[in-house]
Amino acid sequence: MIPSLPQSKFSTRLYAAYITLFFIYLGAPLIVVGVFAFNDSLFPSMPWNGVTLDWFIGTEAPRLGVFNDSQLLESIGFSAFVAVCVTTLAVFVGTCNAFLFERHSFPGKNILYMFALMPLVIPGVILGISILIFTNSIANGVEDSLGWDLEILRPGLFIVIMGQFAFVTTITTLVISARLRKFDNSLEEAALNLGATKWEAVQTITLPFLKPAMIGAGIISFLMSFENFNTTLMLVGSDSPLTITMFDRLKQGSTPALNAVSLMLMIVSGALALFAVFVQRDKSNNEG
Amino acid sequence: MSNQLDLECRQLVKSFGKFTAVDNVSLEIPKGSFFSILGPSGCGKTTLLRMLAGFIEPTAGDIVIKGNSMLGVPPNKRPVNMVFQHLALFPMMNVAENIGYGLRRRKIPQPEIDKRVADVLERVSLPDAGSKNVDQLSGGQRQRVAIARSLILEPAVLLLDEPLGALDLKLREHMKVELKQLQHEVGTTFVYITHDQSEALVMSDNVAVMNEGRFEQVGSPQDLYYNPQTAFVAGFVGDSNRWSGKIESVDGDQAMVALDEGGVIAAVSGTNSSMGLGDQVELFVRPEAITIERSTSSQDGAHIEDGKNTLTGVVENLLFDGANSRAQVRDQKTGHQVTVSLPQTGAFSDLVSGENLRLSWSVDKARSYVSSAAAKQEKAA
Amino acid sequence: MSSAEIAVSGTEQRSVIPTLKLGTFLLMLPLLLWLLLLIILPHVDLLIVSLREVLGYREYAFSLQNYAEFFTEPLYWNTFVRTAVMSILATIITLIVGFPVSYYIAKVMKGRKRNLLFIMCLIPFWVSELVRTFGWMILLRESGVLSSFIQWIGLVDGPVEFLYTDATLMVGLVYTSMLFMVVPLVSVLDTLDDSLIEAAYDLGGNTVSILREIVIPHAMPGIASGCIVVFMLTLGNYLTPTLLGGKDSLWFTEQIYNQFITRFNWESGSAFGFLLLFLSSAIVFVGLKLSRQTLADTVK
Repeated sequence: MIPSLPQSKFSTRLYAAYITLFFIYLGAPLIVVGVFAFNDSLFPSMPWNGVTLDWFIGTEAPRLGVFNDSQLLESIGFSAFVAVCVTTLAVFVGTCNAFLFERHSFPGKNILYMFALMPLVIPGVILGISILIFTNSIANGVEDSLGWDLEILRPGLFIVIMGQFAFVTTITTLVISARLRKFDNSLEEAALNLGATKWEAVQTITLPFLKPAMIGAGIISFLMSFENFNTTLMLVGSDSPLTITMFDRLKQGSTPALNAVSLMLMIVSGALALFAVFVQRDKSNNEG
Repeated sequence: MSNQLDLECRQLVKSFGKFTAVDNVSLEIPKGSFFSILGPSGCGKTTLLRMLAGFIEPTAGDIVIKGNSMLGVPPNKRPVNMVFQHLALFPMMNVAENIGYGLRRRKIPQPEIDKRVADVLERVSLPDAGSKNVDQLSGGQRQRVAIARSLILEPAVLLLDEPLGALDLKLREHMKVELKQLQHEVGTTFVYITHDQSEALVMSDNVAVMNEGRFEQVGSPQDLYYNPQTAFVAGFVGDSNRWSGKIESVDGDQAMVALDEGGVIAAVSGTNSSMGLGDQVELFVRPEAITIERSTSSQDGAHIEDGKNTLTGVVENLLFDGANSRAQVRDQKTGHQVTVSLPQTGAFSDLVSGENLRLSWSVDKARSYVSSAAAKQEKAA
Repeated sequence: MSSAEIAVSGTEQRSVIPTLKLGTFLLMLPLLLWLLLLIILPHVDLLIVSLREVLGYREYAFSLQNYAEFFTEPLYWNTFVRTAVMSILATIITLIVGFPVSYYIAKVMKGRKRNLLFIMCLIPFWVSELVRTFGWMILLRESGVLSSFIQWIGLVDGPVEFLYTDATLMVGLVYTSMLFMVVPLVSVLDTLDDSLIEAAYDLGGNTVSILREIVIPHAMPGIASGCIVVFMLTLGNYLTPTLLGGKDSLWFTEQIYNQFITRFNWESGSAFGFLLLFLSSAIVFVGLKLSRQTLADTVK
C-alpha cells in the first residue's frame, strides 16, 4: 500500500513490473516515430534498411526532406502564426478573467464561471462546426444587407485562430486563476501602504508574482494551438496548418519525411513542456 | 511476574544506514500503567513508537506483547492500536463509522457494532455524536473519537503519538487531566510519546527520558524530577540553574566544586557513583530550591556560609507569572545569571529590578554530574 | 492601528464602490465578448440551423426533419449508440489501467523519483495526437514493428494486420486519454494523508478493505473528473477512429464531418452535433449522480 506497511516481495515486484509495462506502452509509439525518421526506405515501415538523413535534408522527390519540402515548411509557418496569435489573445483574456473571478464579486458570477468552463466539455469538432456556422451566418448577413464580402469570416486562418482561442482561453484562465488564488493580498496592501497606486501595486507586485503562471499558460496555449486538430479541421481554408497537412499525407500514405517532421515536433514540444514544468516548479519553490 | 507485563522491548535497535535512531532500548511496561516516552524532537521516540505499532521493522532486538514476540507481525495483526499525531480520522466516514471501522474488519455483526459504538461514545462523553461528520467536531472531541476508535478494539496497549500537540494551550491542559482519568477508568496500558515534559509528568505512572536513541532514565515523574540520574535528565526535566566546574575536594558524599568562572559550590553526586577528585562536572540547582533574602552587599561570588551555598546578586528581570513568578539575579562578580522562584506567599511582591538579593541553598539541592565531554576523554584514556 | 483609523478606511472603501464597478465591467468585457461571440451565439446558431429545412438558395423553414432523419436512419442511430458504448468502455479501461499507475506515483514513490515518473507520464501528451496515432500505425500495421516482431520470433508465418479493429481502436483511445485520467488521480491521491492508511491498517484493515473504504472514497472527486474529461474527449475524438479504426469503424464525429464537409448538409450536421452534445451531457449527468459527485467538486 505505502512503503511503511510490510508487503511481500512478490507483490512489490508485480506492481513494479506493471508500472514498467505501462511506461513501455506510453513510450513505444513515440520511439518508433522517431526511429523510423532515419529509415532508408520510402515508407515508414519495416523492414529496416539502414540509416539515412534523406528525410531531413533530401532535395529530390521522392526523397524530399523536411527542410526542402516547401509545403510542409509553409504549413509550419501557418501553425506558428496561428499559435502566436492564439497564445497572445488567450493569455491576455485569461489574465483578465483570473482577476475578474478571483478579485471581484458581481451578480451572475457563478453562471459566468460555469460558461467559462464550458469549452472544456464541448467536443472540439462541435466547437468547430458551431463557429463555422456562426461566422458563415454573419458573413452571409453582411453580404446580403451591405453587399460586402467579408473574406475574413470564411474558412481560413482567422476563424481557425478564433476557434482555438475559444477553448484555449479556458485553460489559461484556470492556470492563472490558480496562481492568483495563492497570492497573499497583504503584499498588495503593503505596496499601497508604501505609497503605490492601485495600478502600480498590480504592476510591480501582483503581475511579477503571476509571471510564472502566465509563462506556463503561454507555453500550454502555444502547444495546444500548434497541435490542435479537431477544431482546426472544421475551420480550415486553403492555407492548412501543419496538423492538417500531416493528416492529409497520412491518409494518402507518406514517406518517412512525416516521421522527420514528427520527430522535430516531439523534440520542440518536449523541450517546451519541460520548460513549462520547470517554470511551475520554480513557482512552488517560491511558495515553499 | 512476566505475565504481568503488557509490553516488553529487548535490546531494540533501529538504524537507517549509518544513523542509529533507536540504540539498544529495553523496557518493561506493567499491565494497566500509563507510560510516557519523553524526549526532544529527533531523539528517536517516534521511531520507537512506530516499531511498537509495526510500521517499522527493528534492525535488532525483540518486541514482546503479552508474552508473544511481534517480530514479523504486520500492524493489522498486532494487539496494539495507535492514536496518530494528527489523529487520522477518516473524513469519508461519520463518527460512528470511524469508531466501528475496526470492528467491521473483524466481521462483527452490525447490530453488535452499533451497540458497542454507542457504549464507547458514552464512555468518552460524546453520546450523541455518532451521526456527526468528523469535521463538525471540536479539537477535543476529535481527540476523544480517535481514542474511542482504538479503545473499542480492546488493545493490549494503546500507543499515542503526541496527540495533544495540535491543540491550543488551554484545551491541552484540560485534555491532560481527561486522558489520565480515561486511562484510569478503562485500565488499558497507554504508551504516550511527547516532547512536552508537563504532559509526561502530569499523566504518567512512569516516564522514560530518551535522548539520541537511548533511554537516559526510566522512573516515576517524582523520581525524574527530584533524582535525575544524568545531566541530560537534570537539564531537560524541569528548569535548572547550571554551572560547570571541577571537583576540588571530596568529603563523604559531599564535594567542593570550584566553578570555572570563579567561586565555590558544595554539591552531592547526582548519580549513584562516587565523585572523583579533579572531575569536570556539571552542577544543577532548581530555582525553587533557592531561598532568597534582601541584602545590602552584591559583591561576593558563590561560597559556603553556615553550611549552605550562598551567593549575592542584583535582580535583573522580574518574570511575573502568578504562582510561577521568578526573578533573574545576576552574580556581579562572575556575570552568571541565576533564576530563582519567588515565594508564593507574596513576601517579595514589592521586589524591583536593581535590588540586591542573597541567595542560599542547601548542599543536597546542588546535584553534580560528571560532564559528558570529560567522561568521553576518560574513556579514551 | 486605532479604531478611528479603521473606521475611516472602512468608509473610504464604501465610497470606492461605484468606480470599482466600472473597473469590474471593463475587466469583464473580454470575458463577455469571448463567451458571447465564440461560445454562446455559435451554439445558438447551431441549434437554429439544426431546426431548419432548406427550401431553396438561402431560403429556409422551421422543421424537425433533421432530427427525424437521425432517428429513422439505422446507420446514424447505430453509430451513435456504438460511439457512446465504446466511449464508456474506453473510459472504464482508462480508469482501470491508470489508477494503479497514479497510486504508484502518488503514494509509493517519494521525492525526486516520484517527480521524474510523473513528468515521464506527462511528456508524451505534449506531443501532437497526430504523431502519437502515427506511432501506433507504424507499430501495428501489416508491415509494422509488431507484425515483423512476431514473425521474427516465429509465432506466425505471414504478416498480420493489427490496424482497423475495435481492439486497436480501444488501445489508441485509452492511450490518448491516459493523461487526463492520471493527472486528476495523482493530485487527489497526493492529498490522501499516509496516516489514514496507516490508521486503517492499524485498526485491522487489509489492502482490499482499505482500497474500498479509504482510498477510493477519498479519490472519488478525482475519479469523477478524470472520467468526465476522458469520456468527453473520447466521444469527441475524430483522429483516432479515423486512422486506427479504418473504414468499417463508425464514429459519430465522422458522421458530423461527412455531413458538413463531404455532403455539405449543414442542417443535418448541426442536428448531429446537438445530439452529440446532448448525449455527452446526459451521460456525464448520470455518471455524476451514480458517483454522488457534483460538477463543482470535479473542477477543483
